[in-house]
Amino acid sequence: MLLEVDAVGRSFGGVQAVQSASFGVAPGEVHGLIGPNGAGKTTLLNLISGLVRPTQGTIQLRGRRLDGLPPHRVAALGVTRTFQNIRLFPELSALENVIVGAHRTRRAPLWPRLLFAPTAAREERAVRARAAALLERVGLAERAGERSANLSYGEQRRVEIARALAADPAVLLLDEPTAGMSRGEVEAIARLIRDVAREGRAVLLVEHNLELVMGVCDRITVLDFGKVLADGTPAEVRADPAVIAAYLGSDA
Amino acid sequence: MIAALQELFLTWQSAIGFVGINGLLALSVYATLSCGQLSLANAGFMAIGAFASALLTQHTALPFAAVLAVAALLPAAVAVPLGLPVLRLRGVFLAIATIGFGEMVRLGFVNWDYTNGALGLVGIPQRTTLPVVYLLLVAAAFLFWRLRGSRHGQALEAIREDEAVARTLAIDSTRYKLAMFVLGAGLAGLAGALDAHLTFMVAPSGFGFGRVVEMLVYAVVGGITSFIGPVIGAAFLTLLPEVLRVLGELVGVEPGPLRQFLNGAILLAVILFLPHGLASLPRRLRRWRERRKGVALAA
Repeated sequence: MLLEVDAVGRSFGGVQAVQSASFGVAPGEVHGLIGPNGAGKTTLLNLISGLVRPTQGTIQLRGRRLDGLPPHRVAALGVTRTFQNIRLFPELSALENVIVGAHRTRRAPLWPRLLFAPTAAREERAVRARAAALLERVGLAERAGERSANLSYGEQRRVEIARALAADPAVLLLDEPTAGMSRGEVEAIARLIRDVAREGRAVLLVEHNLELVMGVCDRITVLDFGKVLADGTPAEVRADPAVIAAYLGSDA
Repeated sequence: MIAALQELFLTWQSAIGFVGINGLLALSVYATLSCGQLSLANAGFMAIGAFASALLTQHTALPFAAVLAVAALLPAAVAVPLGLPVLRLRGVFLAIATIGFGEMVRLGFVNWDYTNGALGLVGIPQRTTLPVVYLLLVAAAFLFWRLRGSRHGQALEAIREDEAVARTLAIDSTRYKLAMFVLGAGLAGLAGALDAHLTFMVAPSGFGFGRVVEMLVYAVVGGITSFIGPVIGAAFLTLLPEVLRVLGELVGVEPGPLRQFLNGAILLAVILFLPHGLASLPRRLRRWRERRKGVALAA
């Protein structure tokens, strides 16, 4: 397993948001994380990305502990994410947002830039080109120069995915990437997610759109009240009586 | 007549010197503002640079360049252990903690007999020349210019926009915030040394809360979307009272309350009508002209 979540729990005051959750995600796998509102899905993503520290359990990437590390260290090790309530840098353009995402992959020191060395300009051109290619990949090539605050809801979500991919992550965490998107956009995102997995990255997908989850995921973990209710392939999860009772039965 | 002309030149010469020094001070506040941190410790750093340089000049034979280096490095070194804990604070809490540091430094000098307490040091040789001031200002501006658009400059912008998100993109925000805090401290120390060696004296009263507010006002009036704004703001606000004084003399108005009122009114007008500062004036004018052209075409 690339990403291993083991008996992770987190309580806020008296509320146990996540209780002893365990699952693993392999390279090249799209792993769905579903459950009713308040099941602890977003909290789990926050725990993995280091924004929130677990009160129990361990999280490992390639056998290296992530729990307890600050977010920038987790990201540096190769885990990046998008946010349920889109959080782009509003004053920056779409392209600049993606370029910031590439920070992890850049090592260039400042002094060549101070001396106008051609190596600095070359590195910047390469990063810009890579960011532009990522925007094209999410279908936003013509919107590159637009201030991100002026982009539509669906466009902003796609810029966020491009920004997270710019870091060349081993694990991509997506928090409801298709919320508020049109049907056509959702299909494009589904294709993109499969493509990203084909590159050998692990994708952990939190999503309410069950059609998308069932269609795109290799494995699914179902959460309810902070606990893992079921874990398996889409077919197994769909047939699980506990899942049907707790989730699909009431929702679908 | 010649004596009067000479005096006029001397007044303006020092005003031009203060434009450069205040430009450095404005940039020192801009350093932390550029990554979204409102730090008001810079009057304290300026005091450290001013007193350290004055003591070195009075008690050693160090060349002025070495004195300036110490004046920049000493406050920068102080900024590291200070910044590590206080930069964890956000917004108004950071502002208050850093004001506290500034007052601590000021009161420290007030109570230090070695530097003559509240009187401070006098008779400091005049070593600051305009070329030195402007060389350093240009060097500082150059650094900010090259930083902009670099990987580090982009990281600073990201931290300013949303620090938590920047961190999830592998940006070590603590290190960046500390680096800019230290840079700001060094620039303020440098400006303090230049000021001490231009005015012949340093006194703790020159480094109070009012001083750091002045620096902040330079930056905000000039505009903090780029490094050019603070420099323009410092020049504008340093020269404005001088220009008003000369204009007042020309039309025969007594200096005094009217001039101060005008000074305040102009400041208020800039903040109200140019929220992105004086540096945004050319762009604003261009847009205004385009809109008028648009109206003319529509009519």
